[in-house]
Amino acid sequence: MLRFLPRLWQEKKKGEYQNKKLYMIGKEEVVKIAKLSRLELTEEEIKNMQKDLSGVLDYFNTLKKVKGKVKTSDLIKKEESLRKDQAKPQLDSVVKKLIEAAPDKKENHLKVKAVF
Amino acid sequence: MEINKLTISKIHQGLLEKDFSALEIAKEYLEQIDKKDKSISAFLTVAGDSAIFQAKQVDKLISEGKSIPALAGVPCAIKDNILVEGIKCTAGSKILESYSAPYDATVIRKLKDEGVVILGKTNLDEFAMGGSTENSAFKLTRNPADFNRVPGGSSGGSAAAVAANECCYALGSDTGGSIRQPASFCGIVGLKPTYGAVSRYGLIAFASSLDQIGPMAKTVQDVETVFNAISGKDELDSTSADYRYQNIGSDVKGLKIGIPKEYFVKGIDKEVEKVIKETIKKIEKQGLKIEEISLPHTEYALAAYYILATSEASANLARYDGIKYGLSKSKKDNILDVYLESRGRGFGPEVKRRIMLGTYSLSSGYYDAYYLKAQEVRSLIKDDFEKAFKKVDLIFTPVSPTTAFKIGEKTKDPLSMYLSDIYTVSVNLAGLPAISLPCGKINELSVGLQIIGKPFEENTVLKTASFIENLVI
Repeated sequence: MLRFLPRLWQEKKKGEYQNKKLYMIGKEEVVKIAKLSRLELTEEEIKNMQKDLSGVLDYFNTLKKVKGKVKTSDLIKKEESLRKDQAKPQLDSVVKKLIEAAPDKKENHLKVKAVF
Repeated sequence: MEINKLTISKIHQGLLEKDFSALEIAKEYLEQIDKKDKSISAFLTVAGDSAIFQAKQVDKLISEGKSIPALAGVPCAIKDNILVEGIKCTAGSKILESYSAPYDATVIRKLKDEGVVILGKTNLDEFAMGGSTENSAFKLTRNPADFNRVPGGSSGGSAAAVAANECCYALGSDTGGSIRQPASFCGIVGLKPTYGAVSRYGLIAFASSLDQIGPMAKTVQDVETVFNAISGKDELDSTSADYRYQNIGSDVKGLKIGIPKEYFVKGIDKEVEKVIKETIKKIEKQGLKIEEISLPHTEYALAAYYILATSEASANLARYDGIKYGLSKSKKDNILDVYLESRGRGFGPEVKRRIMLGTYSLSSGYYDAYYLKAQEVRSLIKDDFEKAFKKVDLIFTPVSPTTAFKIGEKTKDPLSMYLSDIYTVSVNLAGLPAISLPCGKINELSVGLQIIGKPFEENTVLKTASFIENLVI
């Protein structure tokens, strides 16, 4: 992992990483996140994902060093221009194309498999 | 005269003076694509028939003695994540392999009002996720300057097409550097506008709080002409701003330029650093004031960016469910299996990785440490820029720490690819305008200077870029 960081961070991080083994996220955790993400993964993909996610998540932990706290309420942008909550009719020609794009349909309705 | 090397204004002038017709220009470019694209692979779809039709419409206007807009009859290419009605729009993904756009993006509607000739759709990293265009599910695009190297990404097809004279200009999209980095790698000009300056309606969403569409072309003036045509308020995109580009601005020579010290530390290629510093010296000699500044949270930008971008992507890409459109697969009779299988087979490895990272960052137990922390860092980075812009008018940095890298060099380790965005992501986090301008070469490979401006001050960015363009050529 270390060799891929630009030198500026490598130098800062050397001490931090030298005695620390990279935390690997478990297979069960990958499977759980994949299900939440609605992604079917092969055994090999799960293995690769464990390695790749661990590296990137470890890098994300750089943020733990950030000092100062921002109030979460300050993070929400004060919207000056919200659009009106109104349905706008779409051209019939476009509606037709949107329905045509659906893999499974019956007349003007999209067909889905049983939910339960 | 080689028509396909002309700039927008030269084509416009030639059309008015009847040196050539729009049809002749369109055919010339289509021939060039036919000849060159076998080796470069910039295009995913070539729309020859509709391009010819559009060109004939322009010729009709001219023959009727009507006035034509600046972009009329000028052939362009569009990144394949921007909808052009009736033409396939794949976003470089198998999940949209046979998806045809049902309507025009606002930018396309605006270009059509100008009499655009669209030659085709260009290759990209799948859903614009990547920095080399190697993540496309369909093709490997090559850098026209060196076929063993990447064109950059994610708008690599658009950049390569412009650099290889396969189109006069192109549209790209930029979420963390996807216009600027390929422009830098291919030696062209690319503008990432202020967030909200250009409508995102009809752009296939990656990370909605960061995405912007922008122009890529051979000269600053061409980029300006296209930006002028595509920018402005759009009621179909509630984040678009009430903004109209105006070609005004003070004299470039009085401007104060900030050089952030955090961008010139170890990690940057020595040769790239030299080219950038020499350019800055040249500018200083012209009377611009150069000042060192600090953007103290720079080292956290990349981590914050990748948390926020993947989080937004994980939500945005939920729409690809195998039900509404796109690839649909399931052997079983259960709706959950339709989701799992269609997405499992339709998305490539990088897209899956990012959806997983985003889902992880947003999941209960990790939300505070990742997503929320990244939002805080975003606001600190914005503050850094606001403070800096109280002292200076523009900020200069490199676009990328290296020139175009070799094909395959960074594909094995996702993090190494992410790190090539180190100089570009802060601009998206802060929503600022920035241009990539070619300012020199190292062994035939181009180096881009990044000029960052205050929000909605594209005029200052463009004016300065144009001034420097004349200095470095």
